[in-house]
Amino acid sequence: MLRRIVVVGASLAGLRATETLRDRGFDGELTLIGDEPHRPYDRPPLSKQVLQGTWEPEQTFFRRKDGYDALALDMRLGVRATSVDLRARRVILADGTFADYDRLIVATGARVRNLPGMAPRVGLLALRGLDDAIALRRELMNASHVAIVGAGFIGLEVAASCRARGLQVTVIESLPVPLSPALGSTFCEMVAAMHRDHGVDLRTGVSVTDVFGESRVAGVVLSDGSRIDTDVVVVGIGVTPNTEWLEGSGLTLENGIVCNGCGEAAPGVYAAGDVARVANRWHGDSPRIEHWTNAVEQGVHAAENALAGPASSTSFSSVPYFWSDQYDRKIQFVGRARPHDEMVIVDGSLADRRLTALYRCGNSVVACLAVNQPRALIKYKKLIAACVPWEAALTATAAS
Amino acid sequence: MKVVVDLGACDLHGLCVEAAPEVFEIGDDGVLHVLIETPPDGLRAKVDRAVRECPTGAISIEE
Repeated sequence: MLRRIVVVGASLAGLRATETLRDRGFDGELTLIGDEPHRPYDRPPLSKQVLQGTWEPEQTFFRRKDGYDALALDMRLGVRATSVDLRARRVILADGTFADYDRLIVATGARVRNLPGMAPRVGLLALRGLDDAIALRRELMNASHVAIVGAGFIGLEVAASCRARGLQVTVIESLPVPLSPALGSTFCEMVAAMHRDHGVDLRTGVSVTDVFGESRVAGVVLSDGSRIDTDVVVVGIGVTPNTEWLEGSGLTLENGIVCNGCGEAAPGVYAAGDVARVANRWHGDSPRIEHWTNAVEQGVHAAENALAGPASSTSFSSVPYFWSDQYDRKIQFVGRARPHDEMVIVDGSLADRRLTALYRCGNSVVACLAVNQPRALIKYKKLIAACVPWEAALTATAAS
Repeated sequence: MKVVVDLGACDLHGLCVEAAPEVFEIGDDGVLHVLIETPPDGLRAKVDRAVRECPTGAISIEE
């Protein structure tokens, strides 16, 4: 008999887990613990609508305050979980209180990596949470130039939002192309050209060796010796899973919480979202995935299995999906691509910046990339999920 | 239950089409169509999934 379920992490995966538990009829005590003071909010709009100023921060909240009544949660916000005792089935919180559970779902997410060796100072920021977005937006109001370190999806979305605000933007990326080489260098070059056409000074193949300025940022020094004067520096060089509080608990921690295909990290303990490495049948591995839809799917999956118990649990199988909005382009990607996979454009063109591309590994189609072609993505996602051979995928292309 | 879609918020991610193909479709016009506005209760779980998975929160259910 399950009486108490505790969910640690009050973002997307944790919220969807609590919603699923109630949807499936769990009527026991349900505790949701989050270290931020805010009730759960949506992250994708932070780098776009919130930074551009078209949304107020409150518009990112998933539910209104009274929208939580129906979930009947013991919601403990603004307090960090500091450890878990698996034997006693108890989560200990930073304020000295605790929460006992019959089932535990861990969805503590990830945090941004800092530039190594750089002291914190005013104007040196990152973007991960709502408070980050509010602070960055405030800084942008008085800035004329922004330097962004890291040309990943977050960095490039921030760049596009800063350009929309009319700011001068320099993006610094240590790799030769923005984004990930696994997406195909021709596509990454297309994205680079798009940003340059929008007025971004994109510097690739260089890294930041110093941030200068006294109490606040005045500029950065690059590995090629150049100096860039700037008002604000935004660092977007990836994230680290929040697992420190679980060290010594007995859970297996290796770049995230290692879980079996049921999302279980230990008997009665599940993990979901950015912090989790759930064995994924489609994927063939236990990747740590930082995408929005992954947080939803794993939050739901963990909740369902927590209720079902090991004997009736289902194993996780999902094709990873993410998207990014930059300027007037929607980039969508589904599947998995590795550096040596072949990329073939099956519709549109790089020149038009509107295209559909498939990725081939051996004789299989393993991924699809779409730029401003959402319908194609839906079609190919089905084929990729079904692991159809390469030729069959191309036939489907010809038939459409 | 009645399915309501905010087309202004819809971003054509297509996750609802995947979750509940009986109810949602993206037409040749590139717009999301609701095929059954009041789906039978048997489709409840699928529609719930569509609501939960929509990245823009564009789908809601009115009882």
